Amino acid sequence: MLELRDVRVEFDGYRALDGVDLTVPEGELRFLIGPNGAGKTTLIDVITGLTRPVAGSVRFAGHDLVGRKEHRIVRLGVGRTFQTSVVFEELTVLENLDLAAGFRSPLWTLARRRRGVSEAVAEALARTGLEELAERSAGVLSHGQRQWLEIGMLLAQRPRLLLLDEPVAGMSGDERERTGRLLTEIAADHTVIVVEHDMEFLRRHASTVTVLHEGKVLVEGSVEQVSADPRVQEVYLGRRPSDAAVGERT
Amino acid sequence: MTAFVNQLPIGLSIGAVLLLVALGLTFTFGQMGVINMAHGEFIMAGAYTAFLIGDLVLALPAAFLVAGAMGLVLERAAVRHFYGRPLDTLLLTWGVSLVLQQLARDLFGAPNVQVPAPSWLAGGVGILPYNRLFIMALAVAGVVAVWLYLNRTALGRRTQAVVQNRRLAATSGIDTGRVDMLTFFVGSGLAGVAGVALTLIGPVGPGLGTYYIVDAFLVVVAGGLGQLRGAVLAAAGLGLLNSYAEFWSDASLAKVIVFAVIIAFLQVRPQGMFVLRSRVLT
Amino acid sequence: MRDLIRRNLPFAAVAVVALVAAPLLLEPFRLGLLAKYLCYAIVALGIGLAWGKGGMLTLGQGVFFGLGGYAMAMYLKLTEAGPGGLPDFMVWSGVEELPALWAPFASPVLALGMAVLGPMALAVVLGTLVFRQRVRGAYFAILTQALAAALVILLVGQQGLTGGTNGMTNFFELFGRDLAEDSTQRGLYLVTAGVLGVLYLATRQLVNSRFGRLLVAVRDGEDRVRFLGYDPALVKTVTFAISAGMAGLAGALFVPVVGIISPALLGVVPSLELVVAVAVGGRHALAGAVLGAVVMGYAKTAFSEQFADGWLYLQGALFILVMTLAPKGIAGLLGRVRRARTA
Repeated sequence: MLELRDVRVEFDGYRALDGVDLTVPEGELRFLIGPNGAGKTTLIDVITGLTRPVAGSVRFAGHDLVGRKEHRIVRLGVGRTFQTSVVFEELTVLENLDLAAGFRSPLWTLARRRRGVSEAVAEALARTGLEELAERSAGVLSHGQRQWLEIGMLLAQRPRLLLLDEPVAGMSGDERERTGRLLTEIAADHTVIVVEHDMEFLRRHASTVTVLHEGKVLVEGSVEQVSADPRVQEVYLGRRPSDAAVGERT
Repeated sequence: MTAFVNQLPIGLSIGAVLLLVALGLTFTFGQMGVINMAHGEFIMAGAYTAFLIGDLVLALPAAFLVAGAMGLVLERAAVRHFYGRPLDTLLLTWGVSLVLQQLARDLFGAPNVQVPAPSWLAGGVGILPYNRLFIMALAVAGVVAVWLYLNRTALGRRTQAVVQNRRLAATSGIDTGRVDMLTFFVGSGLAGVAGVALTLIGPVGPGLGTYYIVDAFLVVVAGGLGQLRGAVLAAAGLGLLNSYAEFWSDASLAKVIVFAVIIAFLQVRPQGMFVLRSRVLT
Repeated sequence: MRDLIRRNLPFAAVAVVALVAAPLLLEPFRLGLLAKYLCYAIVALGIGLAWGKGGMLTLGQGVFFGLGGYAMAMYLKLTEAGPGGLPDFMVWSGVEELPALWAPFASPVLALGMAVLGPMALAVVLGTLVFRQRVRGAYFAILTQALAAALVILLVGQQGLTGGTNGMTNFFELFGRDLAEDSTQRGLYLVTAGVLGVLYLATRQLVNSRFGRLLVAVRDGEDRVRFLGYDPALVKTVTFAISAGMAGLAGALFVPVVGIISPALLGVVPSLELVVAVAVGGRHALAGAVLGAVVMGYAKTAFSEQFADGWLYLQGALFILVMTLAPKGIAGLLGRVRRARTA
């Protein structure tokens, strides 16, 4: 499904990604972890076209992604969320979702008012549990609700591959719990890559984990394998990964 | 071929004028992101200062102070409430520019006035008169002074710190309000100096600023935001382009050609010649 | 249905006043002035769309207005000169043969088409080049301003082709009707008001459509929109072109209404004045943009009649006050009053 080969990214001489190989088969829920500066977000940026690698290839479902514009990559079925959620505050929750669902129709068909709620939007509303808030403007949402709206927008796009950048950052325990359930649900019928720091969250929801360190893939495997790996423990300053993760969150 | 060579110094001298005019903008627009449409009127104020004083050498520091003080007042009274809203500042300062133009008309009359050039600037080398050479020298001196200020003084480094991260600078104990004031003072003061230089190549009128302001902003756009070396290269480039375009077509087409070249240039370097990289998603 | 009526009530009331009351009550001179303000209001509507909804501060709307105006003026000049004849100003500047550029403008259909499509085409080219490279905000504003400055210099310089600084004036007839007649002017007023009304409704429809939502989204988070699968450059270019088309049409109406087109009417300052009018009226509401253009047009006339010098002070001061005290303009103030009353 997704295949990265020897991807290198440089920012003014600094190697953010230094030869990353990553393969994510269809239907997998993959977690991406690593200390700050490991290159997790950069990796997502490369896949979604925000950052152009200096070398290497990124292939998704038979398409070469390198050099494609962001919106074209989305049109191929790759969707993402951002660390700091960006929703359109002046629009209602419903309008935000409708916007996300609408990109497949040609631009001129958008010149009409929205009538009713499309299937994709209704489904996204139901899955994220935002039905009650549908007509509220997105500006009044709480932090957690905004994150869910972003995930909802991602679902409304009906992508084949979902990339979530720290979906539970800054969430309360309850919200985390709910997001975790939502994630498992989504993963049942999508291919998902999640960037996450929180080891506790990982243990509960992750199947396969890829650990990035200094722009390279350090280890890949199940949660147990990864957290038992001495190299991973060393990367997290010799502490137990869970402690390190707590310190990581900002 | 001789024509080609002859256009070179003319182009560079136009570039020097542009650079002088744009130098202040690299401060206010480049460093602070403030689009100050009244910058042109600060230039005009500098030119009228030269007219009132009548002595070129004395006029330079005086114009710097006069225009700088005007900038300071503008910053304190209005602009500082608009940081982070560049487009609103643009409109606001345009209002200020209108008022200043009318003020000049009421104070000095609508017709242009002439500032006599000092006798020691009469004559020239080859096709370049001394006054053009003086402007070029002034532009070079201006760039050197600005560079020294930004990179070699504590105040300048603070300015740069505020530009790069306002909040971090504030928490590191820099009084960002004072830095803003000072930056605006220097930027506006430079406009005053440019105004004095302009009296050497033409008459002074209330509309002097509007004549130069658009080109000055183009220099900053082409050079890259807040980039001194970009401004220097862009000014020289635009000056040369202007002079050659005028030479090969005519003056009325030259501006259109320049505009087209800038658009074409932005296809290659959308953010100007030099950029500060940033990963922030807007 | 009742909701629909109530929502359109203000518009209907204004339409009745503009289409029925104004032509009956105003003397021809005043009606002509109002027609002029309405032309500006059409441009303002486009600015309201591009800037208010789309976040593109265009400081060069005079360019499109001017292209529309010159297209119309060329047609008028050619009909007066008759087949094989030359427009008066060309004779004065010693042009002996009609320039090829002018030939198509003998046809009213082509001239009107050019008045609208010409500006739109220019906007599409400029928009594509600029927005695709993600040049935006202040940079875009400055580029449009530079375009306005360049066009003025071009028009002034090409004396034989454009009438130079004086532009074109002395128009006598439009489609066989005498332009000096009151009835013609009244007809022109009604056409202008009608065009404004239709464009207002169409623009409002557009803003309320899904495209309108997309436009607001592009304004507030252009980069985010990319990751929703849209090309913001396309959305912006389309919107910019629509606003350019409106300005072009306004220019074409302006020429027979006012009787002149010249570089001074479309340069940096007139373009900015229109943006100011939109800001004063309220950029976030389309009605505010229209209102602002009419109010500022009226204020300018009123003050220039009384004390010409005062206008610049007043305009400058008004502007500073609006930007500092009421950045949402008159529409914002009215909205606040309404909310205070219902609360």
